[in-house]
Amino acid sequence: MSATSKGRGRAAFTFDIQAIGFSRGDALPESVSQPSPVFPNTDYKPVPLKIGDDEDYMLALKQELRGTMKRMPYFIAAEGEIQAIEKYSFKYKTERDKKLVTEWIPDWRRLPREMKPRKKKKLKVVKQKKTNIPAARSNVDVLKKIEELEKKGDAEKSDEETEEKEKKEDEEEAEEEADAYDEEEQEEENDYISSYFEDGDEFGEGSDDNMDEATY
Amino acid sequence: MTQAEIKLCSLLLQEHFGEIVDKVGAHILQTGSQPLRLISNDTGTPLDQVKKALCVLIQHNLVSYQLSKRGFVEYEAHHDRVLRILRYPHYIYTAKTLYGDTGELIVEELLLNGKMTMSTAVKKVADRLTETMEADGKAMDYGEVSSTFVRLVDTHFIYRCPAPLEPPEGAAAPAPVAPLLLTSEKDMYTVPKLSMIGKGKRRRSSDDDDDDDASEQQTKRQKKEADSKETLPDDGIYWQVNTERFHQHFRDQAVISAIANKMDQISSEIVRTMLRMSEVTTSSNAAHTQPLSSNEIFRSLPTGYNISKQVLDQYLSLLADDPLEFVGRSGDSGGGMFVINLHKALATLASATLESVVQERFGSRCARIFRLILRKRHLEQKQVEDFAMVPAKEAKDMLYKLLSENLVTLQEIPKTPDHAPSRTFYLYAVNILSSSRLLLQRCYKTVANLIERRLFETKENKRLLEKSQRIEAIIASMQATGAEEAQLQEIEEMITAPERQQLEALKRNVNRIDASENQVDETIFILESYISTSTKP
Repeated sequence: MSATSKGRGRAAFTFDIQAIGFSRGDALPESVSQPSPVFPNTDYKPVPLKIGDDEDYMLALKQELRGTMKRMPYFIAAEGEIQAIEKYSFKYKTERDKKLVTEWIPDWRRLPREMKPRKKKKLKVVKQKKTNIPAARSNVDVLKKIEELEKKGDAEKSDEETEEKEKKEDEEEAEEEADAYDEEEQEEENDYISSYFEDGDEFGEGSDDNMDEATY
Repeated sequence: MTQAEIKLCSLLLQEHFGEIVDKVGAHILQTGSQPLRLISNDTGTPLDQVKKALCVLIQHNLVSYQLSKRGFVEYEAHHDRVLRILRYPHYIYTAKTLYGDTGELIVEELLLNGKMTMSTAVKKVADRLTETMEADGKAMDYGEVSSTFVRLVDTHFIYRCPAPLEPPEGAAAPAPVAPLLLTSEKDMYTVPKLSMIGKGKRRRSSDDDDDDDASEQQTKRQKKEADSKETLPDDGIYWQVNTERFHQHFRDQAVISAIANKMDQISSEIVRTMLRMSEVTTSSNAAHTQPLSSNEIFRSLPTGYNISKQVLDQYLSLLADDPLEFVGRSGDSGGGMFVINLHKALATLASATLESVVQERFGSRCARIFRLILRKRHLEQKQVEDFAMVPAKEAKDMLYKLLSENLVTLQEIPKTPDHAPSRTFYLYAVNILSSSRLLLQRCYKTVANLIERRLFETKENKRLLEKSQRIEAIIASMQATGAEEAQLQEIEEMITAPERQQLEALKRNVNRIDASENQVDETIFILESYISTSTKP
């Protein structure tokens, strides 16, 4: 290029530098190699805010709305908030919060089924214990044990069969549910929502994981 | 979606629904639709908390769900609806001006709860109104509240939420994984027949209150246990606020006030009449209203204004000839047919907003250059210097400043294929749409910054705020027990003078920040509606 032969600096431009407002002999501004300041100086002061009854009322509405939202059952505060000094009033606050939480029961008909906290998992844990205990004690009953082992071996062979087995399990579960229906009802009468928080804790157990993968 | 939007959404969610909902909501906003397990995994939140947060978000219409092809449910957040939280005060205030206190409370309850059945909303509002009427010992009638509710529905400010598809009766098919929500156009604005008799109850004491709650819970449980035995006739029919309709109202108000400022009160009244006449016949995103003849307009004018037909015709032709082009003439039959160019009006409002932003940020001379380019569409640098009547050096300086702020664009048109600068035209132009987008993003950032600042201010003074709240509570309880004036004084003095000053300063700052948030939202509204009208075909 011809520009390089002319030397360094201003002559490197291929156009008349005066066109963009630099007269002959002016120094070019230094190139900036850092981000612009976080709080740049403003040349003009901002315009004052609109003032009027409308604005005042909207301001009050906004602040009220914000306050009310915090007291609605929809507001889920993080549990990790530990106060530096435990106050006496805190006890009442938590009580009040609990009361608020119980006030809202979502309409499950409008929500996906997976949203609804399930009781099943609780029952399943019980069921597992039931099946395990006889298995452990059935040393005498050799035939049964062999049968079970066979079943296990088959299950591991192919995925299809596991699914089948799961189906069977589900059926069993359904039966058991029917048996345990009264129990469940009693539980519900006590406190429905308290169980809401519990089922998540059990998530992560091996048997559950298997189930869930099958449904996906 | 941009970072500024996500940031603002996240702050709004955190402020109104708490940290967990924010975490879940912001995650779905960022990643798009996601299944439940993945959300729980990616956010590192326990499954039950994610479920709860999603329930809250769905309740408030911020998240919708969909059955994916592979059989699991995916959740999607709507950032535009989250950003609407900022406008809630405006909706409530509009409802107040249109339908009084009852309308205000109905809309407020609906916004606070996301969606509600009519019966619960009416009951709640009646109770709240009764509480305020404590002094005269009267109670609000349910019928009165529900008639306001019906009026809000009739004017489309409230509409029915999509209802889940009812499973065919008698079929033993298992419940679907996710209910399919359908809107029926027919039922959207039909109110179920409800005979609500009774009056709002007043909360008397805490014992009473508890009883109420317990009974309420019981009824809810009964309802849940036996769906066939419905306790409320409108069970399952939910209503939500129609933000589109509110936006239509805001837009109309903006057009009317623009006309009032540009011309006079009478012409704004004429435009108001025209807009009211076409409110029902024109869809909210139409480019212009249905044509109205001047005779029709004359008949619908409010009686308070004594405008003769002749004067009206003069006003109409004046409005039609105005360079603003808010009102257009579409035909000559029936004494002249007139329309209101809604899209044109929004574009004018948006460019006026841009102009005023340039003026307030860069000064009136820059604004002159900006307006000049806006009007002439394309100008060379030399022409700008000449037409703007600003010294050439200054004009260049301002032009480059506007260019670097992306408010002005530069178009190269080479005369020869080698793009040599000396043989190229450089044309400056203003692209209103892209500048509006730029400004809109900046507005989102502004609001996010304002919220951050407000949170910072309140955090800094947290101890002081708690103290003043406690002292207020003590004073209130002492007044209730009938304490002496001197005792009250003593307690009041527990807040020292400097502390009082600090509290006042804090209150002033928070108020100012809140007011700014409200007012930035007005600009956001104008820009958003302009962008949405000009991008839609």
